[in-house]
Amino acid sequence: MQPLISVKDLEKTFYDSEIPTQALRGVTFDIQKGEFVAIMGASGSGKSTLLHMIGFLDQYTKGEYFFDGENIANFDDDEIAHIRNKKIGFVFQSFNLLSGTSVLENVKLPLVYSDVPEKQWNDLATKAIEAVGLSHRIGNDAQRLSVGEKQRVSIARALVNDPDVIFADEPTGNLDSKSGGQVMDIIKRLSHKGKTVVLITHETHTAEYAQRIIRILDGKIFSDEKVAHVREEGEFIK
Amino acid sequence: MQIKHLFKTSYMGLRTNMVRSLLTILGIVIGISAIILIFSLGKGAENLIMGELSGMGTDTIVIRPGQQPKGLSDITDALFLDSLTTEDVEALKRKSNVPYLAEIAPAVMVPGTASYRGETFKATNFGWSAELMVKMFGAELESGVLFDDIDIKNKASVAVIGSKVKEELFGNEENVIGKNIKIKGRNFRVIGVMSSRGQVSSFNVDEIIVIPYSTAQVYLLGINHYHEIILKATSAEFVNQTVQDIKDTLRERHDITDITKDDFFVVTPEGMLDQISTILDALTLFLSAVVGISLVVGGVGVMNIMLVSVTERTKEIGLRKAIGATNKDVMVQFLFEAIILTITGGIVGVLLGAGLATLITFGLNLAGYTWSFSFPLGAAILGLVFSIAIGLIFGIYPARKASQKSPIEALKR
Repeated sequence: MQPLISVKDLEKTFYDSEIPTQALRGVTFDIQKGEFVAIMGASGSGKSTLLHMIGFLDQYTKGEYFFDGENIANFDDDEIAHIRNKKIGFVFQSFNLLSGTSVLENVKLPLVYSDVPEKQWNDLATKAIEAVGLSHRIGNDAQRLSVGEKQRVSIARALVNDPDVIFADEPTGNLDSKSGGQVMDIIKRLSHKGKTVVLITHETHTAEYAQRIIRILDGKIFSDEKVAHVREEGEFIK
Repeated sequence: MQIKHLFKTSYMGLRTNMVRSLLTILGIVIGISAIILIFSLGKGAENLIMGELSGMGTDTIVIRPGQQPKGLSDITDALFLDSLTTEDVEALKRKSNVPYLAEIAPAVMVPGTASYRGETFKATNFGWSAELMVKMFGAELESGVLFDDIDIKNKASVAVIGSKVKEELFGNEENVIGKNIKIKGRNFRVIGVMSSRGQVSSFNVDEIIVIPYSTAQVYLLGINHYHEIILKATSAEFVNQTVQDIKDTLRERHDITDITKDDFFVVTPEGMLDQISTILDALTLFLSAVVGISLVVGGVGVMNIMLVSVTERTKEIGLRKAIGATNKDVMVQFLFEAIILTITGGIVGVLLGAGLATLITFGLNLAGYTWSFSFPLGAAILGLVFSIAIGLIFGIYPARKASQKSPIEALKR
């Protein structure tokens, strides 16, 4: 089967006042459709840089990246914007909700940039909000929710365009363990429903929700293993 | 992104910093309202002047000595020029010289006050023809009679006075006909009083005393030239022809071959109107240029705030890009915000300018001027177009900057 994400010898070099820093030194892996993969590493290991590359947020310096069988080097800026909109959903550590705006409006935001007809927007957004269990908060100002609820809004926003893959960047990083557990349960459920999930974390108990953990060290893959005992819903901290 | 969502997104962006947004557009508001005010008042002034000039009659022609004045000193100097004489008036009266002449009378100004038994009043003293004055100013006699050509020929010491002059000199006295007033130490018998007429052109008719020009020349001023010769053409359509006839006649009489050396000049209401319009237009243009500068300053203010906004909202821009906004989407959004700012400033400015002009109109009317409010539609449209252009010009750089932000910014913690 053709992998959804396939990177070959991916390298990224940053130039800070002409002094090169190699953040990624040749990374190769495949992620299959429907897979739940965690990428782990200490801060500075290059795991965030890797997420930026495969999440279409930044450009790599060397190597190749195939998304759904297509070499993304062939895409222009607008096509990449379209992929970000249609095929991937982002969950950020710091939520990135618009202030002074309702839950519904926040979740609808990706639809504004899509080609989905406007009359479907409310339906799609309402369903996504239902999926994260926040129907009772739909009209509330997103900025006034609890942190756990905010992260669930951000998941609903990532889901609204029915993407192929969800990239979650330390989604529990700002949450207490109870709401962290709720968020991971939702992500786990999405995975069960067939969504591909790529999770960035430095916590082992969060990473163990995934079927596979890729560990990054100094810009290279240090290990790539299946998880022996995958955590299920309600097992945030065993 | 659809226009509706552009509006919504821009409104959301601007609402977050309401006070700042309002302060930003203040420059544009002031600039645009100044434009509206200038054009509205300019038009009002033109209407006022036009109304006053036409009050004098469009068939009136005035000949003055010297050259067309270019400054205040030229006007005062003209009082001492002696190029207009009785012989000139006689020549102009001849049908063969000026065929469309209806009326003619020379005039002299007599500076000073008039007095009656210790009461004094600084009236406008004319040595003129009472008959022509009444015709030109559309005045009516309240009591008594006007002096005629025989009185002028005899250099009679008689006077026709305005209603204010009567009030100031005689107080409540009812019958003033036959009483003597003093002008420059000489007694003049009041033979006529005019009913109140108010302001006509640049004169307040009620403050005028008219005496025969011949008397004023000989007994009060000791001169044998005139300060003005005032004529009426048979009708307004012959004014231009008559002006030409006057010039030809006087040049011949004064032996002038080089028209740049004329020792007289002819003023018509239309000519004055043209001159005043030219001055007003130049003034309006100059003020508009000043306002234009203030609009540019306002535009720079908008650009400044938009740049601050782009920096502040780096994370929001990153998020929008991370969820699928193209560079163009982001650029259009910020450009739209800038235009919304400036066009709001433009609309508020037009309303404010029109409001102020209405207030000033109201005030001037209370003060007794017949001033009409006119809404300068052209200037309003121009102002709005200008405000949109300012938004475009000064918004494009910040918008470009916003569109070039990277989506990674959204991930920064």
